[in-house]
Amino acid sequence: MFEYAPAPESRSIVDIKPSYGLFVNGEWVDSEVRDKTVNPANEEVLAEVAWATESEVDGAVRAARAAYENVWSKMPGRERAKYLFRIARIIQERGRELAVLESLDNGKPIRESRDVDVPLVAAHFFYYAGWADKLGYAGFGDDPRPLGVAGQVIPWNFPLLMLAWKIAPALACGNTVVLKPAETTPLTALVFAEICQEAELPPGVVNIVTGAGETGHALVSHPGVDKVAFTGSTEVGRAIARAVAGTRKKLTLELGGKAANIVFEDAPIDQAVEGIVNGIFFNQGHVCCAGSRLLVQESMYDEVLAALKRRMALLRVGDPLDKNTDIGAINSAAQLERIRTLSEIGSEEGASRWSPPCELPDRGFWFAPTIFTGVTQAHRIAREEIFGPVLSVLTFRTPAEAVEKANNTPYGLSAGVWTDKGSRILWMADRLRAGVVWANTFNKFDPTSPFGGYKESGYGREGGRHGLEAYLDV
Amino acid sequence: MTSSRLAVRKTYKLFIGGKFPRSESGRSYLVQDANVALASRKDVRDAVVAARAAVKGWSGTTAYNRGQILYRAAEMLEGRREQFVALGEPEAEVDAAIDRWVWYAGWSDKIAQVYGNANPVAGPYFNLSSPEPTGVVGVVAPPESPLLGLVSVVAPAIVTGNTVVVLAAEERPLAAVTLAEVLATSDLPGGVVNILTGKPAETAPWLAAHMDVNALDLAGVRDAALATSLEEAAAENLKRVLRPPATPVDWAADPGTGRMTAFLETKTVWHPKGT
Repeated sequence: MFEYAPAPESRSIVDIKPSYGLFVNGEWVDSEVRDKTVNPANEEVLAEVAWATESEVDGAVRAARAAYENVWSKMPGRERAKYLFRIARIIQERGRELAVLESLDNGKPIRESRDVDVPLVAAHFFYYAGWADKLGYAGFGDDPRPLGVAGQVIPWNFPLLMLAWKIAPALACGNTVVLKPAETTPLTALVFAEICQEAELPPGVVNIVTGAGETGHALVSHPGVDKVAFTGSTEVGRAIARAVAGTRKKLTLELGGKAANIVFEDAPIDQAVEGIVNGIFFNQGHVCCAGSRLLVQESMYDEVLAALKRRMALLRVGDPLDKNTDIGAINSAAQLERIRTLSEIGSEEGASRWSPPCELPDRGFWFAPTIFTGVTQAHRIAREEIFGPVLSVLTFRTPAEAVEKANNTPYGLSAGVWTDKGSRILWMADRLRAGVVWANTFNKFDPTSPFGGYKESGYGREGGRHGLEAYLDV
Repeated sequence: MTSSRLAVRKTYKLFIGGKFPRSESGRSYLVQDANVALASRKDVRDAVVAARAAVKGWSGTTAYNRGQILYRAAEMLEGRREQFVALGEPEAEVDAAIDRWVWYAGWSDKIAQVYGNANPVAGPYFNLSSPEPTGVVGVVAPPESPLLGLVSVVAPAIVTGNTVVVLAAEERPLAAVTLAEVLATSDLPGGVVNILTGKPAETAPWLAAHMDVNALDLAGVRDAALATSLEEAAAENLKRVLRPPATPVDWAADPGTGRMTAFLETKTVWHPKGT
């Protein structure tokens, strides 16, 4: 095995202010209620951030409404497009800064924030920028209208990417937005607010209200909001669906998952093992579409497990800013506690736990990559979303059994299939009840490709032509 | 003397799993000069079981075949045209209902082409998004249009491969029961359409809260408080909800694709390209 010298990315490129206000109507607004955001890799306080109250959320919604009525809904699509292209360009220019900041605030490896998150963010704005003056060709009528003010609540696992998935299509369609980032990862959204200023986006078109659950509740239940978009847990998604019941608010939800990653005996094993590792350990497993249930065909079980363990022993866990790091920090103490609890339940219920030898830093929130074998479908670790680097391994004998087990979940966000047989891929893809099926690949994303769930993984699609529907009055 | 012949009356029953049972509750109610089954909570659950059992076969059949069967429903309805007129349905509405089956029949093998996409991702991948049926859809039928309105909510849900449990209009349910007879002779597999007569205000909450129902069409709910409580109940398993119309619907107008796409899921499949 190779020894690696540390190769840390410099954090000097980011200039974190000691304190941030709310971004309302193009300006920074002070707020009374504040809390701290920390670097999960070492628990260092990064900044103090406002937690918007109900009246502050109200101010942001009013600003968004005024911008909608007076400016944004009247602006020709080609002009809206140019603002979005500007934003995309600035994101590219400030890409390294955004990547470092994302890794600091979220704990994800710089390799991922630099090579996955930030490039996808820019690509998303480029993609939807081009739609702004072509909406009449999207299949929703000649002149589809925007909805008005969109209230958007996003999670902490891909802070800036989820912002892009929400804001880019909303603005392209002619809506204005009030967005609430997650309380543990507000910083890149606040830099995005600066980018809006830099792009000279008209005031009030984008408003950022930081805060926790109460701020989110105030936003989604505000009567001045016409559209609610949420990405996060199924539990909160349910509560939001109840909160908007009886209103005319349009709702899209992108919620939890418990994806099956299905490996057949004829799969290319090295690629499959890379896919399994990427499927569950990408972003510390803080991924709603993570391949958290590995289904291996029985005849291949020993071989796959041995190769998987060999590969896992090579994963480097540690400093998110180190370019060699594969697995960074767990985002928060609360999330670490949940991962620990469910893993302990996994052992108590009789599954066998294994992690490679791995030294974890003393400070910060860390969890070693872990697999459970001997897992049955009844085990909680096979049913509940852990949202961490924990893989449950099950087996199957026939394709029909693989389908049965893969679909045996209230979730339906994603699935993976590994086999060299083309007809079997298509047969499986037809039967898997999931919004995204990755065949001989996993965890791939693209702005042109719709993403979203079946069943209790939510409704609506983000990305692609389909993603426009969530922000148009159709 | 033929005039002394006693007419054979029809018993208006439920339509569940392709059969015509009475309500398990034994209840009926007098409406439109007939005794009509008054469906219960248990009937709702039986209908959902039948609808769920039919999903695999119906969604698995070819789009071409589903189109043929919907067209067959139009043929059967044309043949029974006078029965619906005799029930008080305006002739123009009966004709429009027949034409609506024809219209949706033609959509069966086109909606995926109109609503699906090949996606040009930035990498060497095949990437295709196609619509698939949501599953079991609970439908509250529009009270103001017992035949055309009913066909206009049932046909778009099933043409794409969903199965439905329909709560027929309380005050004018006879057209719905007669439509069930049309469907029973249209090669439509049992369980694809299930029709419950009675009081939707009583049965809809069970349908909205049922954990094996995937979506809810509130087209016929006219009580705002009931609509809200149904939508709240639907949130428990995140049913897709089509809310009651904000303004009165002209059921004779071009329906567009919205009633089909409301009960479709988009599945996106990725595969690497390589040698």
